[in-house]
Amino acid sequence: MTTPEIAAPGLARQSRPEVVVHGVKERPGGWTNWLTTTDHKKIGILYLFTTFGFFVIGGVEALLMRLQLSQPDNDFVSPRTYADLMTMHGSTMIFLFLVPVAAGFGNYFIPLMIGARDMAFPRLNALSYWLFLFGGIAFYASLFFTPPGAGWTAYAPLSDNAYMQDNGVDAWIFMIHLTGLSSLIGSINFVATIHNMRAKGMGWGRMPLFVWSILVYAYLLILALPAVAAAVTMLLTDRHFGTAFFDPTGGGDPLLWQHLFWFFGHPEVYIMVLPAFGIVSEVLPVFARKPIFGYKAIAASTAAIAFLSLLVWAHHMFATPMGTVVLAFFMLSSFTIAVPTGIKIFNWIATLWRGEIHFKTPLYFVVGFLGTFVLGGVTGIIVAIFPVDWQLTDTYFIVAHFHYVLMGGSTFAIVGGLYYWFPKMSGRMMSETLGKLSFWMMFIGFWMTFLVQHSLGMEGMPRRIYRYEDSAGWGTENLVSTVGAFILGVGVVVTLVNVVVSLKSGRKAGNDPWHANTLEWFTQSPPPENNFDEIPRVRSAEPMKDIRREVLRGAGQPAGSVAQPVAPGT
Amino acid sequence: MLALAAPPAALANWFSPEDDSGSPNATKIKTLYLITFILGMIIFFAVEGLLIYSLVKFRHRRRGGTTPAQIRGNTPLEVGWTLGAAGLLVILAVVTFIFLGGIKNPAASNSNGFVAEGKQDGMKFADDGSRGGGKLQFAAKDQAAPPGPANKHLEIRVNGQQYLWRFDYPGSQQVFSYHDLIVPTGTTVVLDITASDVAHSWWIPDLGGKADAIPGHTNHTWFRIDKPGSYWGNCAEFCGENHADMTARVTAVTPDQYRAWLTKQAADIKQSQALLSLARKTRGAGATP
Repeated sequence: MTTPEIAAPGLARQSRPEVVVHGVKERPGGWTNWLTTTDHKKIGILYLFTTFGFFVIGGVEALLMRLQLSQPDNDFVSPRTYADLMTMHGSTMIFLFLVPVAAGFGNYFIPLMIGARDMAFPRLNALSYWLFLFGGIAFYASLFFTPPGAGWTAYAPLSDNAYMQDNGVDAWIFMIHLTGLSSLIGSINFVATIHNMRAKGMGWGRMPLFVWSILVYAYLLILALPAVAAAVTMLLTDRHFGTAFFDPTGGGDPLLWQHLFWFFGHPEVYIMVLPAFGIVSEVLPVFARKPIFGYKAIAASTAAIAFLSLLVWAHHMFATPMGTVVLAFFMLSSFTIAVPTGIKIFNWIATLWRGEIHFKTPLYFVVGFLGTFVLGGVTGIIVAIFPVDWQLTDTYFIVAHFHYVLMGGSTFAIVGGLYYWFPKMSGRMMSETLGKLSFWMMFIGFWMTFLVQHSLGMEGMPRRIYRYEDSAGWGTENLVSTVGAFILGVGVVVTLVNVVVSLKSGRKAGNDPWHANTLEWFTQSPPPENNFDEIPRVRSAEPMKDIRREVLRGAGQPAGSVAQPVAPGT
Repeated sequence: MLALAAPPAALANWFSPEDDSGSPNATKIKTLYLITFILGMIIFFAVEGLLIYSLVKFRHRRRGGTTPAQIRGNTPLEVGWTLGAAGLLVILAVVTFIFLGGIKNPAASNSNGFVAEGKQDGMKFADDGSRGGGKLQFAAKDQAAPPGPANKHLEIRVNGQQYLWRFDYPGSQQVFSYHDLIVPTGTTVVLDITASDVAHSWWIPDLGGKADAIPGHTNHTWFRIDKPGSYWGNCAEFCGENHADMTARVTAVTPDQYRAWLTKQAADIKQSQALLSLARKTRGAGATP
């Protein structure tokens, strides 16, 4: 074979792994396997299935809100329903999608990427999934009673039972506790796995960057979650057992809630963003056919961002009564986060620079992430300047800012990760045509939805209002935003259709359809229960490149074609 | 009597926060925003340009492909952009601190502003008794008192409640109003902001930034309106399902009109209180025939 494999159209041909995995048979039992499984791959798929389910529900809630706001003086939903939708949307996307979806990818791929046969504690792993699922169910069960309506931040005293007597807030507290426990257990599992179970030769400097990001994600969760667990417990006792932690008439302080909540809440932003960074750092070098530029700088900046994210929480509270010195401190600490984030962005662009860029769907989404996230970063600096934030905070400018970070940023990278890893998880390729269609609809829809929201914020539209008057002059921009949201929504549906269609009739993927660098591509697609028969010794940050080179030396064939041999009989 | 029926803040423009020359602090915030915005856009377009250029320039071309150079990093370059980013942020911090004083500290009233009768009464509330008016209030949080004599500026108490704002005016008689805040032109108005139920946020976009109204805390902000006019704003902290309906309007009138309004409002309040107590008495008498 003379054609370099990278360009060959035969990427999807059935392939034979370098080391044939054998010996472990699927346990019988059909669907009950999914209930009793402790296999990290099955748990990972359960996580991904559930989180994307919640993503769709949260998306529908967002579309209902956009419908309500598409016209001035609209009465499509009642004020209370709007408050409920807003609370459910925020809580769902954060606690039931963005945080656990990283655990989903992490569960499936961390053991594979580090050359392990499972997570350190397989049964705890199952427990963390089921706690998460039941947290989500407890939360959504409130739909049959009274859904919570205090916002995803549940600011006291509004969330106290003097103002929210219905039990929705209690369901919200229950959800925070269950998903929090789930994340804590899962994080301890990730930390133990990554510290102890790496393949021979995989030192810290050879660990894939996605593994780095999940390690830091896990540490951040362990550091941040106890604060919110304490806060919601105090809220629960305030609501039902007569304490007054957040009630000023009883000697408490509403600002205590805000400090505790944001001490968790800002690290939470990076908990949602860092795994996405990890996906970007995996996908870009594969499709640029170049090693990641500045591996050490990217790994170090991940850790630096995590550390700094613990020191910036009060920038969510710039308008509350606080001393100027405090405000200045939190402005400067927020500025410093821009440095490691900027380093990452420059490193990613430098990775593309002088590369040989293959435009496959995962790359589209990751580049979409880059293009969008940059604006989220720039507006982040603008709102870190506290006198400017006094104008912009709690307006649609902020709504636009954090959707640029979490939707156009994190979520695009996550969908990119889905397209990138789907062949490994299912053994089949996703449709490139549908994938690119989905990307363009999501990308155009996203920018259409959220770019105008910056303007709305500067024209004085506060966030979380269920309607506005015609005379405010916000009608046109809101209509544009709503139309964009529906385009974005259809784009997401195209990806979901792509998943379903490709599961049935996608082309066979083979072991290593992308010609990637990390160990998960060394095994079969989908991997057998024990992952690897023989775990290779790792000699660099790109073990698959070494393996291909080794095979080339042994077989005297071009490395590319050796990694993807044509299986007999197909 | 007064031109209260002004429309809400019109569309100013798409690229910067409202100010409409409402108040000096709002104007300064807008200038600071524009400096940041321009700097931000330079970075944004430079990064996007670089990204798009490398995507187009280094795209894989069929048949022409060779293995690209396996570059793993470039320490001087990486140190360079780290220092560059840090330097830019230092500049932004310096610019912010230059502007901060003019935004945070109340400006002096104009010479044609409102002057309260009596040397210190401009700051004093009818119900204050011996508590000493404004000074104590300022000691709590670090917003400086406006320069000039105390009777040249006004201190107004703002109280957020689901879903309206109450304003208490200083003076020898009890004067308060809901939703509409009436102030004299050319006079620095200092606001003492709190809430009596849940958290709210005081915000009139043309008159400066937000100040959260938190139960148990007093927050401060200020503004000075130089021309008569009305400014509109919505509560900016989610305060319950009818949060959207919690609006406020600030109307500036000439000092003479303000004085006349104060007198009328005080008389109206007295009259309705008298009517109310009469109604209570009558009801009581009716209950025991």
